[in-house]
Amino acid sequence: MGKPFATNSADPLDALLSVARNSVEGSAVRDTIVSDIYRTSRSICKEAVTYEDKKKLSSAYKLDNIVTSKIWGYPIMLAILGAVFWITIAGANVPSAMLADMFGVVEGYLTAGFQAVHAPDWLHGILVLGFFRGTSWVVSVMLPPMAIFFPVFALLENFGYLPRVAFNMDRLFKNAGGHGKQALTMSMGFGCNAAAILSTRIIESPRERMLAILTNNFVPCNGRWPTLILLASLFMATSATSGWQSLITALIVMGMVLFGIVITLTVSWTLSKTALRGVPTHYTLELPPYRRPQIWKTILIASKDKSWSVLKRAVIVAAPAGVITWILGNIYVGGDSILAHMAAFFDPFAQIIGLDGYILMAFILGLPANEIVLPILLMGYMSSGAMVDVEGIDNIKDVFLQHGWTWLTALNMMLFSLLHYPCGTTLFNIYKETKSVKWTLLSALIPLAIAIGVTFLTAQVARVLGWV
Amino acid sequence: MNSYTIALAGNPNTGKSTLFNTLTGLRQHTGNWAGKTVVMAEGEFSRGNTTFRIIDLPGTYSLYSNSADEEVARDYIIFEQPDVTIVVLDATSLERNLNLALQVLEMTPRVVVCVNLIDEAKRLGIRIDLEKISQRLGVPCIAISARNHIGIENLLDQVEKVANGTIVPNPVQITYSDQIESKLAQLEPLIEKTLGSRFPTRWIALRLLDGDESLLRTLKKRMQEPATSSGKECLTHGQTVCH
Repeated sequence: MGKPFATNSADPLDALLSVARNSVEGSAVRDTIVSDIYRTSRSICKEAVTYEDKKKLSSAYKLDNIVTSKIWGYPIMLAILGAVFWITIAGANVPSAMLADMFGVVEGYLTAGFQAVHAPDWLHGILVLGFFRGTSWVVSVMLPPMAIFFPVFALLENFGYLPRVAFNMDRLFKNAGGHGKQALTMSMGFGCNAAAILSTRIIESPRERMLAILTNNFVPCNGRWPTLILLASLFMATSATSGWQSLITALIVMGMVLFGIVITLTVSWTLSKTALRGVPTHYTLELPPYRRPQIWKTILIASKDKSWSVLKRAVIVAAPAGVITWILGNIYVGGDSILAHMAAFFDPFAQIIGLDGYILMAFILGLPANEIVLPILLMGYMSSGAMVDVEGIDNIKDVFLQHGWTWLTALNMMLFSLLHYPCGTTLFNIYKETKSVKWTLLSALIPLAIAIGVTFLTAQVARVLGWV
Repeated sequence: MNSYTIALAGNPNTGKSTLFNTLTGLRQHTGNWAGKTVVMAEGEFSRGNTTFRIIDLPGTYSLYSNSADEEVARDYIIFEQPDVTIVVLDATSLERNLNLALQVLEMTPRVVVCVNLIDEAKRLGIRIDLEKISQRLGVPCIAISARNHIGIENLLDQVEKVANGTIVPNPVQITYSDQIESKLAQLEPLIEKTLGSRFPTRWIALRLLDGDESLLRTLKKRMQEPATSSGKECLTHGQTVCH
């Protein structure tokens, strides 16, 4: 192909633009161009499209009168959100326990096998207590909720509900100085913050796009749902009778999500009044027609793409992490394991914000992926001497209790998980999209500061009032 | 063995990703909301003796540089110059969708217009005269339902014919107001002199009148490094909501 432009310098282009500018003389050409295009397509449609029945057409959107109404919009949204969580939590209990039992039995056989061949203790420790146990926890704790949550969420998405959520929340974001589409990118964050950062490309104005990027972290992603759900079900609804337990747990997880949204709006508002000042731009949000999802296809694809891939990632990272944590927990320096030394280093600060050294360390080591924070924490506790025989979900709670957990520890770990810095992949995407070290750092530091502030407050208030 | 590159363009939520899956046999998650595909997805399939490389562009309402995803779609059509661009339209809101088709036709003549969700339109009692649309636009126009595999063979026939030159589309040229037309007439020869005929002159003239500086920046960059391939960002599959 000829490249006539290769021999020219860049300047002729500037000259062309200035010729164009002069001839336009500042008038709004775009409007004229667009309206001419609209006129053409209208005339084509007039000739080519006929409607048998206009009423039938509008009936497709009848549901919107309720789902996006001023009165019912929010209650319906909350009810749907609550129902999704409830189905997830209530449905995941039994299979989780069954998986954990099964892995416990397998572990017994493995141990017996190692003893039969007189394998050295350290090998048994690394492979069975580190590698196998770590992996089997991740699977039994994370697989059932994910296998339910993601397909249900995907069905809602294919039905066309997400744009309605955005429509309902649009006004809130506008009042917070952000772009209405931020509601969409936020919804995307419920799946994966890293993907949501890319999705902010749909926001035209750079200022509002930056707001969406900086606040995306405040909604829990794939990697954090299991932490929230597990801790809520272990510590938050303990006094309730079993029938109510799932419901209360669901409400607490929902409360976490709503709190995250409140923080999103507050931070957006604050930034739009300070570092990212400006007036929100207008836009049109399209509400697609509701479509009956292809149910089995959606469930299969969601299970394959999401549940399976998240689990795979968690196992791939958690398995070596299990080995390393076991080694660190079993090499003793001056009477304590290396792991205990590390945890002791973080402990004083962690206590101030209602956590402990192990939890903080798990969050730091979990920077690459949020999925591995909980496994690392459990393995840290396990290797720190108090070796209990962990079978079943209830025994996981015993591990926590032996390390001095109260409901406050659980609550603050949930809050910290919800608010703290985004994962490594997300930070990398933020850098790629903003090309700015400053904004990438801020996108980690702002959430971190908020996470520390909020957990500090809850810890101090609970302690002063004597709740713990 | 022939090999062609096809781009899928269209408004958000018209079923581009569903068509992409249908064509490539990939089973990526698709969603019912605007803006699900923000990064281009790429796949491949063959049919008879021909291999098609297919690129799923982000769905956009226009191809003016309003946002990053519109620029991605626009740059692909202008600079990568796919052999055929399929513009996917939603049969249930054709009027709004046609605006984008008209914009693509200003950028490249090698277009096949594809009216998706035709079964849904039928259910809603919308009758579409495809002949008429095809005649007015000057390019082939095919009705399909990507999710129910209706009309796919017909679509691919037309795509192949446009790709191998059996069909040479003659796209409609939108007539703008006299004022704009006279300015275009003034600019076009200048552009042709500067850039040659590689790019659609009339379209570039329109963008210059519009004061589109982002296009100008991209053009300059391309001129400085004409040999390197574009900084394309492609995934092997669509970026989904819960990826």
